[in-house]
Amino acid sequence: MTAYLITGAKIVGGDVADLLIENGKIVAVGTNLDAPKDAETIDAQGLIALPGLVDLHTHLREPGREDAETVLTGTRAAALGGFTAVFAMANTDPVADTAGVVEQVWRLGRDAGYADVYPIGAVTVGRKGTQLAELGAMADSAARVRVFSDDGDCVWDAALMRRALEYVKAFDGVIAQHAQEPRLTQGAQMNEGALSGVLGLTGWPSVAEEAIIARDILLNAHVGSKLHICHLSTKGSVEIVRAAKKRGFEVTAEVTPHHLLLTEDLAASYNPVYKVNPPLRTKDDVEAVREGLADGTIDIVATDHAPHPVEDKDCEWSAAAFGMLGLETALSVVQQAMIDTKLMTWADVADRMSYRPAAIGQVGGEHGRPLEAGAPANLVLVDLAAERTVVPGESASLSRNTPFDGMTLPGKVVATFLRGTATVLDGKLAR
Amino acid sequence: MRHLLSAGDLSRDEANLILDTAEEMRSLADRPIKKLPALRGRTVVNLFFEDSTRTRISFEAAAKRLSADVINFSAKGSSVSKGESLKDTALTLQAMGADGVVCRHGSSGAPHLLATSGWMTGSVVNAGDGTHEHPTQALLDAFTMRRHLGSLEGRRITIVGDVLHSRVARSNVLLLSTLGADVTVVAPPTLLPVDMTSWPCATSYDLDGALAKSDAVMMLRVQRERMNDAYFPSAREYTRRYGLDVHRMAQLPDDAIVLHPGPMNRGMEISAEVADSARSVIVEQVTNGVAVRMAVLYLLLSGSNDTTEEQTA
Repeated sequence: MTAYLITGAKIVGGDVADLLIENGKIVAVGTNLDAPKDAETIDAQGLIALPGLVDLHTHLREPGREDAETVLTGTRAAALGGFTAVFAMANTDPVADTAGVVEQVWRLGRDAGYADVYPIGAVTVGRKGTQLAELGAMADSAARVRVFSDDGDCVWDAALMRRALEYVKAFDGVIAQHAQEPRLTQGAQMNEGALSGVLGLTGWPSVAEEAIIARDILLNAHVGSKLHICHLSTKGSVEIVRAAKKRGFEVTAEVTPHHLLLTEDLAASYNPVYKVNPPLRTKDDVEAVREGLADGTIDIVATDHAPHPVEDKDCEWSAAAFGMLGLETALSVVQQAMIDTKLMTWADVADRMSYRPAAIGQVGGEHGRPLEAGAPANLVLVDLAAERTVVPGESASLSRNTPFDGMTLPGKVVATFLRGTATVLDGKLAR
Repeated sequence: MRHLLSAGDLSRDEANLILDTAEEMRSLADRPIKKLPALRGRTVVNLFFEDSTRTRISFEAAAKRLSADVINFSAKGSSVSKGESLKDTALTLQAMGADGVVCRHGSSGAPHLLATSGWMTGSVVNAGDGTHEHPTQALLDAFTMRRHLGSLEGRRITIVGDVLHSRVARSNVLLLSTLGADVTVVAPPTLLPVDMTSWPCATSYDLDGALAKSDAVMMLRVQRERMNDAYFPSAREYTRRYGLDVHRMAQLPDDAIVLHPGPMNRGMEISAEVADSARSVIVEQVTNGVAVRMAVLYLLLSGSNDTTEEQTA
């Protein structure tokens, strides 16, 4: 295994220093390090070193939709985006609702080797919201599932949600809720407001998200379990979570890069690349989720990377699939939305995109650790001064549905290391 | 003008040009030979993904009276119902050399997509898309009102019914306000969009309060099925609060007219007596529809090729 000496990197939250990586671990951080003779030196002057990013919300589509993405292509995109771990959502075909499916996904991740893949188990059988899936079997499987979600659909039945929250206490699991009241969002196409009325697209009202978040926080307070809110998107949701945390209720929440940057106005083009669930919201909502992420109300950024084949987006709006790519652009979008606006520091970014998602996903031994001697060598080097224009055809994903097409974004991932192995070098896949 | 996608895209001058041209086309209807050679050699495709015999026939008559070649392409019985995508349909029409495509589609924005996707180069006329717009309906409504009321500047026009799901209402509000009219939409709160601050019209929940001040009242079709989604309690209650019957009609000023885009639910939003009354211009709307659509097709398709190429480049 190659040893690496990374010289002159700005260590996030610390000083400029050298990093020595050997046998999968960071063995030393400092100056004038003694490197083995065969160590490869990487000049990281002007680059920042961040802990490897962790994405709690990725759709890898395998098994079932290998035309959209596979574990291999999705984790390649992850590595290029600076991620060393991704949590694979359960809405595959077959659904990841049994030990067999989650173990398959977990093994595919190990074989691919570009990022650690942690499968998320479905909460209910077939994600149908009627009967609990065998959560314990998935927890005890080789995949060691701790995060459960019916993402794509809401666990809308309050009694079932209560039981799920209670049941996972036995193995310290967390329920990640896709907060969407189904009756309020039948046929919904975009954010409900002035624009949806003009465009004649059925509205997805903020209250449909906020009502479920409020309900679930109260349910969770009653049973004392762990609740995580997926892709929180509205100002009202931020206010509810902020108030709940102030009162000591247990809840964690995520926001996507696209909800940090884009607004509903894009729907006026009727271009389905902007169709996503929850929908793009208003400028007020974008400001609120940025503030919420900055003050810690929202714990993490998660991509909701949702690949779709061309034909599912190259069509009329109402026939198109919901979802956007996110892995390769997430860090740049956060830089633009949170760093360039002075709302957060890079230490905050390490917290929201590595430490905290690893803690919520309970993989804190392997991922999300500060860059110190003894930690697994999961890290990413980023050129903050670089700019790049997003070109869908250059993506490592099998799909092309990036809403950032043509946008010039700041920052570029130069290198990514997964347990000491370079997955990305010089901004390109290393293997 | 290259396409007609939204009534909101029309300036006052453009709207008046269409209506003035429609007047000339309308006079043709009284001549023994109702045909002009204006679009000879041009191909107009009626691309209808939703059933709408009335609108399709109106466009067909309009194109034929201008001597265009007309191809009717309806979803039923064509490859569309076998799963052919909008894109492939558009590519097919492009390959066949369609100069104009009249598109009716259940998805809001579908004509917009045809016009902007680069799949085809012909002019696109929105013949009704989802719950978005139906600009030629608004043009024929404005044309009909203009014939009865003269200039629409300052005229008070009331639109009543399921505004939330109505493409006719959206296009009318935009066009009539462009033409200087004072527009009020009246509906139960459940059938209005939740935020109408950007709409150039007033809103009301009270039909009786609006009628006495109306120079024209337009009744929209209300689907009984909306009842099942709890938009209103029953058809009877809807009729009682928002239906136009002879008692309500008596509140209208003497010269006021009654419009309906059709097809009507007689006894629901409009009583049979009102529909057949002297104030009703509903049948005339149909006649005018052909003239207005002739004007639109003529203005979009008879221009020089140079303009077309310049704008697609």
